[in-house]
Amino acid sequence: MEGKINIVPAPAGVEQPGFFATSLEKAVGLARKNSIWPLPFATSCCGIEFMALMASHYDLGRFGSERLSFSPRQADLLMVMGTIAKKMGPIVRQVYEQMAEPKWVLSMGACASSGGIFDTYSVLQGIDKIIPVDVYVPGCPPRPEQVIDGIMLIQDMIGKETFRRRHSPEYKDLMKNYGMESQ
Amino acid sequence: MENTLLNTIHEKLLTKFGEAIISAEQSYDFPVFVIKTDSVFEVVKFLKEDPEMGFEFMTTLCGLHYPDNKGQELGVMYQLHNLPKNLRIRLKTFFPISDPKVQSMTPLFSSANWQERQEYDFYGIIFKGHPNLKRILNMDEMNYFPMRKEYPLEDGTRTDKDDKMFGR
Repeated sequence: MEGKINIVPAPAGVEQPGFFATSLEKAVGLARKNSIWPLPFATSCCGIEFMALMASHYDLGRFGSERLSFSPRQADLLMVMGTIAKKMGPIVRQVYEQMAEPKWVLSMGACASSGGIFDTYSVLQGIDKIIPVDVYVPGCPPRPEQVIDGIMLIQDMIGKETFRRRHSPEYKDLMKNYGMESQ
Repeated sequence: MENTLLNTIHEKLLTKFGEAIISAEQSYDFPVFVIKTDSVFEVVKFLKEDPEMGFEFMTTLCGLHYPDNKGQELGVMYQLHNLPKNLRIRLKTFFPISDPKVQSMTPLFSSANWQERQEYDFYGIIFKGHPNLKRILNMDEMNYFPMRKEYPLEDGTRTDKDDKMFGR
């Protein structure tokens, strides 16, 4: 280590000695995207891979997600990792509904994204049948690098999120499609 | 050794239960007995409680479905274990799918409780005398018994498996 520390670059703005001006949206986006609290919803082997992701070698803490939230009410990002049986479906949905806006969902692995090899009567064929998903990470299970890539895509979305998106008719329609009220 | 086990138990069962013992055969290292449904509880009770038998551990039980076996479509298989002598045997019983009823083993083996619930869940076998016969693994709303052979294994809502891509 040569003491090199990467600091998140400032958003576009006006900089002069003593002040820096940018839009509130960009400043909030910058803060949000670098302090994601993920809620790990791990049901099978992808959850084991997630442990590697959180541990020192890959260390998701470098991306501001050191702190996992085991309460949906304080979480920003729902990470669904593993096979979701149909019996588990309503529980995933309830966890999602308990999260406060703005919220994002990352679907990790083939099972959560599409049912994977479990093309069977008892398994939900992709969590997007019950909740909206922002980023799908393919793989069985995905490498931690892939999940980091997925998280970075989520960070990108969070950084660009406008204050109005969650009140837009498109978003309300999306939630209506899933039979949920947007907050 | 195994064949003597098969023969000893077969003789014992025949003298005690007579016609209730339909068949006895050696399947690899397991003596397998097919028992009439009405007597299976008494046979298991005898095997458990008779001091010479001593099969006092039920390793597992599972449902069976042979759709071509008319009048005897459904069945239950029991595996019993004599722990001190390390002897294992297998019992089977068959009954029609129109009347899938068999005596529950819960009075003899508490471990049969959840296993019988599972077989009810997957095959719709009614265990008479079971204290709490309801679904255990599948969703309570499920309206069929998925391990019966007439139901497809695959899920109908799968969208990414299409015949064009998989050549089926």
